[in-house]
Amino acid sequence: MKFGVVVFPGSNCDHDAWFAVSNNLGQKTEFIWHDAASVGDVDAVILPGGFAYGDYLRCGAIAKFSPVMQSVRKFAAAGGLVLGICNGFQILAESGLLPGALVRNRGLKFICKPVPLRIETTNSPFTLEAQKGQRLVLPIAHGEGCYIADDRTLDQLEAEDRVVLRYLDNPNGSMRDIAGVLNEQRNVMGLMPHPERVTEPLMGSSDGLVILQSMVSFVALAANRRDLQDLIDDELIRAGQ
Amino acid sequence: MTPQVVEAHQLTAAEYARIVALLGREPNYTELGIFSVMWSEHCSYKSSRLHLKKLPTRSKLVVQGPGENAGIIDIGDGYAIAFKIESHNHPSFIEPFQGAATGVGGILRDIFTMGARPIAVMDALRFGPLDKPRNRRILEGVVSGVAHYGNCFGVPTVGGECVFEECYSGNPLVNVFALGIFRKDQIFYGKATGVGNPVIYVGAKTGRDGIHGASMASAEFTEESKQKRPNVQVGDPFLEKLLLEACLEAMQTSAIVGIQDMGAAGLTCSTCEMGSRAGTGIEFDLQYVPQRETGMTPYEIMLSESQERMLLVAEKGREEEVLRVFRKWGLDAVAIGQVTSDGILRVKDHGQVVAEIPNRALADEAPLYDRAHTKPYRPVPMNAPAIPSRAAPDIIKSDLIALLSSGDICSKRWIWEQYDHTVRTNTIEGPGSDAAIVRIKETGTSIAMALDGNARYCVLDPREGAKLIVAECCRNLSTAGALPVAATNNLNFGNPERPEIMAQLVESIEGIGEACKFFETPITGGNVSLYNETLGEAIYPTPVMGVVGLMKTAAPTPLHFQSPDRAVILLGGFGQCDETHFGGTQYAKVILNSLWGLPPALDMDYEKRVQQAIREIVRAGLAESAHDISDGGFAIALAECCFGQAAVGACVYLDEEARIALALFHENPSRIILSTSEPKKVQEIAQYNHALDCTQIGVTIKERLQISNRSEWLVDCSLSDLKAPWEKALETRLLQP
Repeated sequence: MKFGVVVFPGSNCDHDAWFAVSNNLGQKTEFIWHDAASVGDVDAVILPGGFAYGDYLRCGAIAKFSPVMQSVRKFAAAGGLVLGICNGFQILAESGLLPGALVRNRGLKFICKPVPLRIETTNSPFTLEAQKGQRLVLPIAHGEGCYIADDRTLDQLEAEDRVVLRYLDNPNGSMRDIAGVLNEQRNVMGLMPHPERVTEPLMGSSDGLVILQSMVSFVALAANRRDLQDLIDDELIRAGQ
Repeated sequence: MTPQVVEAHQLTAAEYARIVALLGREPNYTELGIFSVMWSEHCSYKSSRLHLKKLPTRSKLVVQGPGENAGIIDIGDGYAIAFKIESHNHPSFIEPFQGAATGVGGILRDIFTMGARPIAVMDALRFGPLDKPRNRRILEGVVSGVAHYGNCFGVPTVGGECVFEECYSGNPLVNVFALGIFRKDQIFYGKATGVGNPVIYVGAKTGRDGIHGASMASAEFTEESKQKRPNVQVGDPFLEKLLLEACLEAMQTSAIVGIQDMGAAGLTCSTCEMGSRAGTGIEFDLQYVPQRETGMTPYEIMLSESQERMLLVAEKGREEEVLRVFRKWGLDAVAIGQVTSDGILRVKDHGQVVAEIPNRALADEAPLYDRAHTKPYRPVPMNAPAIPSRAAPDIIKSDLIALLSSGDICSKRWIWEQYDHTVRTNTIEGPGSDAAIVRIKETGTSIAMALDGNARYCVLDPREGAKLIVAECCRNLSTAGALPVAATNNLNFGNPERPEIMAQLVESIEGIGEACKFFETPITGGNVSLYNETLGEAIYPTPVMGVVGLMKTAAPTPLHFQSPDRAVILLGGFGQCDETHFGGTQYAKVILNSLWGLPPALDMDYEKRVQQAIREIVRAGLAESAHDISDGGFAIALAECCFGQAAVGACVYLDEEARIALALFHENPSRIILSTSEPKKVQEIAQYNHALDCTQIGVTIKERLQISNRSEWLVDCSLSDLKAPWEKALETRLLQP
């Protein structure tokens, strides 16, 4: 499959995401510049961490107006996989592709540390390789990662099984310990922790691989399904003749 | 030019006479300003240069020594690293957040101006005691400033140190070390070569910030305008990130001939230094300099220290290739002039010449002072006070806890958790360890870094203190399995015009020189920060060393004990310490509230063998954990070994004749505590290969720390009793009302 990693001028985890999927997962990967009119022929888009346009305003508030986000919107609407990590999550929330918002951490300080998390659902392209209830330890590195939404939205997220990850020891004050969520169609996910930073033993752990690997598996499955469907269609057409 | 104006520019009458002689005429006001910043202590190193020449600067691996924006070391496989340390002390006192932030910004530019991508930052911080609210405010500001800039820029802050001492109350120190990586054949220098080549200004617009900081007050400024003028520059890490990417991309065009960042003394320094290094002149017109304020005078533009700016020289006819890259990144990039053959810095304003000075006069002809130096200032006694016995187990335990929760020794997690230390996914060993390690993805090798200073040792004996610091850094690296190869230093001292302070500087430099020669870690660059005084009282002499080492990429050897039932080995021996050499220890500071005598005795030859041995042991995979003994001595190092997640402690048997406090807490160097399942092999290496003392002193056990001496229990307590105070001390102090 082919990953596309979006590069905003202030992205600083773009190389890390690229390295994780291309080197540690062996997938084709390309960068997508922030003024790109299209995301190209990729199977999945990663919005990496960083400070897209400096984020001196609200995190992601400017990025949502960037040309590439128009393309990402189209890509997501067509069912493409979009993973927003950290600043990427903030941008997805600002863009309305995911519900809720990310505000200053409870302690008002930037926090960088590994945190324990629980996989809440495997019913998503991002977690299908995981076990429900599986414990992951992923690093966080953010100043504005406190997830908030109104009660109705939170209830709805839970009712629809769209909370993907929860903190086991809430580091930033996120409501209901939410660390990652899905959109309604389940093809867009945002999370504050950094799976790409723990994708090989030298990084201290490979816990992050399961999320990226799930995306690869999903795309492969979807391709198989498409191939199968094509085969059936061909057969039907032939039989019809 | 009146003597008052000259004096206001911090130039002496003799220096002014020299300027007149060099120019063959009186300088105009702008020229005087230009001379004043270039000949300032900060830019010219006029008090220290004579002595800095004593430092070793060469080895087979050194590609670039002092004199450029950063030093460069060959790390093999076609790659090189650039690194340097720099201070931002004064601005961090005036405005802690921006002062520290721009300190990080400045050193990062020094690295990427050479073409290297910054991959690691470390910081050495010094504050006054935290019982004063002002010191707490300064610390919080500095830490968030470092975090703000580094985190946004996207460089991991992988380590550092933080020490508290009364002398830093009015004079905090912020020393930032940065390191970058590049291909050895893609190094860029700050040289303006090629007559006729365009000189291009890129990055932030020029404002009035920082002018006052560089040149001090001058007669033309009214009181009112002075108040409006911010002393401290304001940093914009996002802009710096753009500048980084744009510069590295523009360098790929091969159309860039030379490049230098605008740091201290801004446009003045970058133009004349680039010209001077190449033996050329530079002519440019201020009307083309992007400005964010109106009505700026030539004086102000030339002396502005606005951040995030670069000056580069491009190949004539290919400037468009360069400009295109900067446009892509949304940055200002303007050709402001060209390289000339006459060696003169010629500044015009709308065609009118406003300054005309030989580049060499500014960059190389600054006065060089052999300042008087006598005996180092030593405001402490030689003889030890009466040291109480404090040998009862409950007192030892309370002393141990007092030390573990003291400012210098306690966990600095509160600080480094605010720094992104894992971005770039190269951090193999981050903050809180003896040495930080980042891997180089391109080569399969790693770089280890250690930053250290110990001003208490240096105030007792600047020469021996400095040697101890170099030894400690090299030992930190060796404990990680890395071979120390090069160093950078930041020399923070008081007023060099006082002979006893100058003596501290001279002795420290000579000590660093001796040790760096001995440990084969040449100095490739650094920074000197003088006049660190408040109300006539100088800070302790505070040289800070940053040493880098090379190693194969591999899983790191942890500092903490990993599993029970392992042999605990003391490599290097327990060592003897008399009362005189005990006076600079943390025990003397925290428990006895006193400072006297001499720093611990260092045997450099023995030290080197300890380092060789531990590298051999670690590389052979024999050490399950390793930690060197430093601040606080044996008992503190041993406790720190027990603070891992696995909650593995130790039971240790000593056989010491010395007084218990001295035995447990003396700070003799050349000692390392390690745990291993192969004690025999470890001892063989140490004893046979390196003729070292190497004894098994106990075993690792679960959840307790036990120390006995000659079958008498000195310490027996649960790890949580020790770890909790160590972990919470800093935060508790910061949160006090």
